[in-house]
Order: sequence, then structure tokens, then C-alpha cells
Amino acid sequence: MEKDWKTMTAEERLAQRLDGYVNTPGFEFASPEAEALYRERATIIRDAFELKVPARVPVFPSEGFFPTLNAGMSMKDMMYDYEGVAKALLAYINEYQPDAWFGALSLVPGRCFDILDYKVYDWPGQKLADHLVYQMKEDEYVKASEYGALAADPSGFFLRTYLPRVFGALEPLAKMPLLPSIQEMPMTPTALIPFGMPDVQEAFKRLMEAGNEAVRWIQVMGGLGAQVRALGCTDWAGGAAKAPFDAIGDTLRGTSGMMMDMYRNADALIEACDRFVPLMVEMAVGAANQTGVPLIFMPLHKGADGFMSNRQFEKFYWPSLKKVMLGIAEEGCIPVMFAEGGYNQRLEIIADFPKGKCIWWFDQTDMKRAKEVLGDVACIAGNVSTALMTAGTPDEVKAYCKELIETAGKDGAFILTNGCGIDHAKPANVKAMMEAGLEYGRYR
Amino acid sequence: MSKELVNAIADMREEDALALAQEAMEGGMDPVGILGAAREAMDIVGKRFETGEYFLPELIMAGEMLKQITDLVKPELAKLPQVERKGKVLIGSVAGDIHDIGKNIVTFMLDVNGFDVLDLGVDVSVAKFVDAIHEFKPQVVGLSGFLTLAFDSMKDTVQAIEEAGLRDQVKIMIGGGQITDKICAYAGADAYGDDAMEAVSLAQQWIGG
Repeated sequence: MEKDWKTMTAEERLAQRLDGYVNTPGFEFASPEAEALYRERATIIRDAFELKVPARVPVFPSEGFFPTLNAGMSMKDMMYDYEGVAKALLAYINEYQPDAWFGALSLVPGRCFDILDYKVYDWPGQKLADHLVYQMKEDEYVKASEYGALAADPSGFFLRTYLPRVFGALEPLAKMPLLPSIQEMPMTPTALIPFGMPDVQEAFKRLMEAGNEAVRWIQVMGGLGAQVRALGCTDWAGGAAKAPFDAIGDTLRGTSGMMMDMYRNADALIEACDRFVPLMVEMAVGAANQTGVPLIFMPLHKGADGFMSNRQFEKFYWPSLKKVMLGIAEEGCIPVMFAEGGYNQRLEIIADFPKGKCIWWFDQTDMKRAKEVLGDVACIAGNVSTALMTAGTPDEVKAYCKELIETAGKDGAFILTNGCGIDHAKPANVKAMMEAGLEYGRYR
Repeated sequence: MSKELVNAIADMREEDALALAQEAMEGGMDPVGILGAAREAMDIVGKRFETGEYFLPELIMAGEMLKQITDLVKPELAKLPQVERKGKVLIGSVAGDIHDIGKNIVTFMLDVNGFDVLDLGVDVSVAKFVDAIHEFKPQVVGLSGFLTLAFDSMKDTVQAIEEAGLRDQVKIMIGGGQITDKICAYAGADAYGDDAMEAVSLAQQWIGG
């Protein structure tokens, strides 16, 4: 099997993964009707991705925290009550009948972060009030002077420098030995000494505790995933990866640091981004192998309109991102590029990609232009705004969706969904979006 | 000399800019002149931002250069007369939202464009905004928010300002990643801006200058 995979072409790998996604060998559905529904939905999503005209436009909200909020759960409950989350999600799937759901990726277990004393975010139940969503705190967690160390050995740098800095409970991991020094009998004992230190052992105990909690969480979420599928709903994300520029910019260097690096440490920044390419590909493909879903969610942040010029985008952001996308595609997976904010200035640049290999999911980009520029290259998805879903009326939502289907959805290769997560949307607007998709989105 | 310094900052040549400012200080140049050159450069940076030549990296780099040059002339700065400010802007990230990058850049651009800005920070409660309007007496209030929960916080804040009888004393502008004209109407604000220079334009339009 392993050998076969290695000799397969990217196209063969993709075909095999898509076959598993659509036909779900061995999976038991709740009913023959649910099974038929699943096949229909997976098929239209596959057809849209393959730049074909599907039977109808796939339609589903980017549900965000809408299901848990709508079930009356606080953001704190969302992070601590796994069974409650599962119940809320199932109720949402049953009520709104979306063609796909986003999965448990952002429904994170709070206790893991409590145990490890995570510094990069504040969350409800910890520093934030119960009704507030977890939020990232921008900082220079890694200094500009550390680019060399990061690029030389990203994993070693994470283990011994970054993790001890961002998790209070993992500070002792700074004492971890350089792992490649563990070779030959005479060199090994000294490398083992840190593992005998009480504080290091305590850090490992906390990791085991957090690990146990993560297992408890995934048991519930994995069960939820199976139940959602059994009802006939497909998965929109089987794994995730980031643009290397964001991986380094978001939680290592911070926005300001990263922006200054473009002037002060340009070469080091580009080198570090390149070093992250294989790591991001491995992260994505590993997840897809486990979930059996080839769609890889890639949330894009600092390359959006306004963040940098096209010249800077082509120098700092796009080259390593494109390599990650190609690497993911080479393994038969599908990068789903979530372009948060606007990507109007970038359309011509991102159109330079092999045909039918990725999906571009837009937030505030002009969808008509996106169709014109990208239509022959990639399936596009989006872009009903959270603003409209929150503050608009059902009629306005329906009218917007209809317009989208007629323009961006012309000749297929389009998925009707939202920009950002719809968290606080009005239920009537969510229903209006689903109705619009089914009412106006039939091609045949 | 002054022209060279202006160009060095405006063209993002950080090392040259700092060396030139240092040289000017040592040469006995008036710190008012040095800061004047830095402000002139900031005008150019702002214009290049508006025309789409410059983006966030340049705003942040310009801010960094300005900060370093200000630090350099600081010992002499205390002796200077206070610059006349064009008007007052109160700003903050609304209740529940702890994001501050966008707000900080807006604050910085308002400041270098001559406004007296009071930044209340992040997760600013409705009551804190109202109290600050009483005390600081701004002409403009800027509400920032990145999250969708900010839609309601903005609405609540505007409503509280109204209930406190202060609504006709201030113009309210909002901004953030998911803000549209729809949310502007929803929140009851006077206008929204897509970027830092739009905030400056709005303040100029409302206050003058």
C-alpha cells in the first residue's frame, strides 16, 4: 500500500482520496436516505472543485459558533462542555440541513489550555467573561534575532525555546537536550539527565494531563463527526495548515514585528518561511490521512489587501504559500484557501496556479471579478458577509445569495457560503441563505 | 539636511534616517526642525498610503522611525512649546474585544496628523467611553472592533452615549475587519473607515484641519 502510494501520480492520489470522500467505504449511515443525501452533497462539492457544473450549488453556512450560541451555550460552555457542544452541533445540522459543516477545529477544549497555562490567548473561564470568545494576544513571542535559530531547526526551537515561552507549565522544557545529540552509548546518558529533573518531570506530567484531556475531547468530537456524517452532512475541512508567513507572523513575531522584518530582516524572514513549507505540508497531509477528508483549511491573514503591496506579496507571502499549496496538492489533497478580508488586489497573482487544484474561499473579495479572473483556475466559495447575516433581513440575504449564484455561480465551480464565521447571525437569515441556495442554485 | 532626512524617512531608509537625525543633533540643529522634518515625512507616507503605494509595513516602519527620532531629541524636547492640536479624538476597542493592532495604527496616524488622541485601550466598557467623553470632551469618538461580537458592543456604546445626552456633541466613527456600512447603520455610528487614513480624513472632515 505504502509503496503504491509513493509511485502514484498526484492525480491518482487525488482520485483515490476523492473516492474515499464521496463513497466512504465501510461507513454506516443513519438511513438509506441519509446515505443518498451524503453522496449527493459530496458529489456536488467534488464537481464544483473539479470546475464542473454540479447538479446544484453546494450551500452551507460557515457555522462558526452559531450552533452553540443558538443552543444558549456561553463561549465558556463551548470550551468546557464537550457533550453540550456535540448536542448543539447535531441540533444545528438537523435544523438547518447544511451540505457541509466545518468540524471541531475551532471548538477547542479549554482545560488543555488551563493545564498548560497558555499565554498567547485569553479565553472565557480564564481571563475573559463567559460570553466572550477566545482571543489572540499579539506580541513578539520570538525576537527578530532568533530567526537563525528558528530556521536552523524549527522543531528544536519550538521544543526548547518557543513552547517554554508560551506555556507557563512548559518552562522547564527549556532544559531539553538537543535531541540529535542522543547517539551512541557514551553520548546518551548526559542527554537523559534533563528527563530526571523534578521540574522537567512536572512539565511532562502536565503535558500528559493535557494530553488526556485532548483525548477526552477528541473522543466526543470524533463521535460527533461520525454522527454528523451519519446524518448525511459532509466535512468541509479534513485538516488545516497556514501560509508560512502567517505561521511565523501570527503567533511568533506578531504583526508589527513581521511588518518591520520585511524591511529589517528580509532575507531571514524569507528563509524561515521556506523552512516552514515542508512542516505545513506534513501537518495538512497527516490530518487528511487521519480524517479521510482531503479538504485542507488554510486561513490566510497577513497577505490580504491593505496589509502589503502586490510587490511585497509576491516577494514575502506568495512564494512559500504557493509551495505549501503545491505540496498539499502533490499528496492528493485540496487546499481550501480562506482569504479573510479582501483579496481584490491579489487575484491575478493567485491565478498563477495549476488548474483545478484548489478552492478559493473569499470573505470580502468582489466575487464577480474573482469569477472572471480565477474562474478557469479554481472553484470559488463565499462570500455572504457576517455583517449581512447579523444585521440584515432574510430578504436581503436571499437577494444577495441569488445575485452571487447568478454571477459567481455561473457555469458551476462555485460554493455558496459565508465569509467569516456567522457566530451571532439571526437564525432567520441562516435559513434564508439555505433556502436561496436550494431555490436559485439548481443547474439541472 | 532637513530635506535629506525627510526623504530618508519617507523612503523607508531607516539607518540613513537615524544617522541623519543623529548628525543633525550633533551639528546643533534645532530639535523643532528635526521633528518638523519627521512630520513632513509622515505627511508623505500618509499620502503614499492613500494612493496605494504604501501599506501596513510602511506605516509601522514610519512609526518606528518617528519614535526613535523623538527619543533622540527628547532631552531637548521638554524645552519646546506645545504644538497646537487640531481637535480631540477618543478611541478604544469596544467591550469584549481585546484586539488592538488596527486601533493602534489609527491612533498613531491621528496623532501624527495633529489630533489630540486619548486611547482607552481594549475591552473598553460602555460606561468607560461615556465617562471619558464627559472628562476628555472629544469632538470625535472612534470605536474599534475585530470580532463580530463588536457589532453589538458598538451599538450598545452608541446607545449609551445617546442616553447620556452626549450624542450631538460627538461624531462617531467605527472600524474593524468585518465592519461595513450595514454595521455602521446597525450601530448608529456616523461613518466607518476601511483604514487608518480614512479615520484621519473623517476626523479632518468633522473637526477641520
